[in-house]
Amino acid sequence: MFEFIQRFFGKPASSETAKERLRLVLLSDHLSLAPDVVESLKHDLIEVISRYVDVDAANCDVSFEQQEAAVAMLANIPILGMRTRPTPPAPPPDPPTPPTAPPNSGRGKRRRRRASPAGANIAAPAPPPAPAPGAPGFSPV
Amino acid sequence: MIEQEAPAASAVPRKRGRAIVVTSGKGGVGKTTTTANLGAALGASGASVVLVDADVGLRNLDIVLGLEARVRHHVLDVLEGSATLDDALVTDKRVPTLRLLAAAQTREKDEVDTAAFRDLIASLRDRFDYVLIDCPAGIEKGFANAIVGADEAIVVCTPEVSAVRDADRVVGLLGDGRSVKLIVNRLRPALVRKGKMLSVDDVNAILRLPLLGVIADAPDVIVSTNKGEPVALDAASPVGEAYRLIAQRVAGTLTGEPEIPRERTFFEKLFGSLR
Repeated sequence: MFEFIQRFFGKPASSETAKERLRLVLLSDHLSLAPDVVESLKHDLIEVISRYVDVDAANCDVSFEQQEAAVAMLANIPILGMRTRPTPPAPPPDPPTPPTAPPNSGRGKRRRRRASPAGANIAAPAPPPAPAPGAPGFSPV
Repeated sequence: MIEQEAPAASAVPRKRGRAIVVTSGKGGVGKTTTTANLGAALGASGASVVLVDADVGLRNLDIVLGLEARVRHHVLDVLEGSATLDDALVTDKRVPTLRLLAAAQTREKDEVDTAAFRDLIASLRDRFDYVLIDCPAGIEKGFANAIVGADEAIVVCTPEVSAVRDADRVVGLLGDGRSVKLIVNRLRPALVRKGKMLSVDDVNAILRLPLLGVIADAPDVIVSTNKGEPVALDAASPVGEAYRLIAQRVAGTLTGEPEIPRERTFFEKLFGSLR
């Protein structure tokens, strides 16, 4: 009965807590198990940011950190200076150059693309943004 | 199914049996109990089955099957040539088509040569319909040895965060080349209803494996292990029935979604306690 009242007032069942904790820890596990994915993400990030500012590509760092309610992506990308003539944003983008195809690390099929409430801190180790409301995106593909 | 009527003997023509490793990553989720019961159920249905205990150093499959007094030689004796395979294979007391190849108790997993173990499994496949390999916990050399000769795997997982996380890791390590299926063990339907335990769907939303079956957390399993009698051979036990259905799914004679254990009714509880 007490449980019923608890549930009525919205206290989450512990199985919900378990699911959420598992979701986060597996996201974190999978990222750390897929260094090739992180590497190609880093490559693409630098490429995009370089269109606007000069970055110190050799000293860029992209990492993931598991926090209380989300996995945050932390990108530390040192900026050397502005580009003298910013690339106009309007023209159609070049056909996307595929990132260097990551070698199959043996986990190929199981590497899941899950949208995650991950925030990016660009060159600023400030508090990460809060996860999107309702912690969306956990949809097993 | 291949030549079920002939019990294993050196003279029997070559079979092309299935080598299935039972694994989980995490310890204590019921790998050995699952191996014993699945083997007993497959054997009781007429197939020839050998159970290989790959948990070198922590031998347990023999005691769960009640065969601990009959073990004379173990898998390392066979690999090192100090015993023949026929010397080392122990025939089950109840199921004549079921054999056990025990692990070494006083040795270490690192002593087992991976290539030799693979060859051993290959030679067992020539003689039995099913080679079930009881994998040790962990993902180190014992795990590598246990999976090397198997082209199928059964992952045993309990509805706990630690077991699911480890199972997820193990599925990644098993690779894409193996057929991998899931048994959810020790489910407590009443706790699931109250939101206090992960459901089968919760577990499989993460692992996303074909489900072979779900075993309820039931006293029958503990009692049968105490006695060294696989519950799968107990015709009256609902958990035994669940293992028999899993065996049928493994054999391919049963298809469709497995049944999820439900809570027992008041009368079932009453009569269950009288058994």
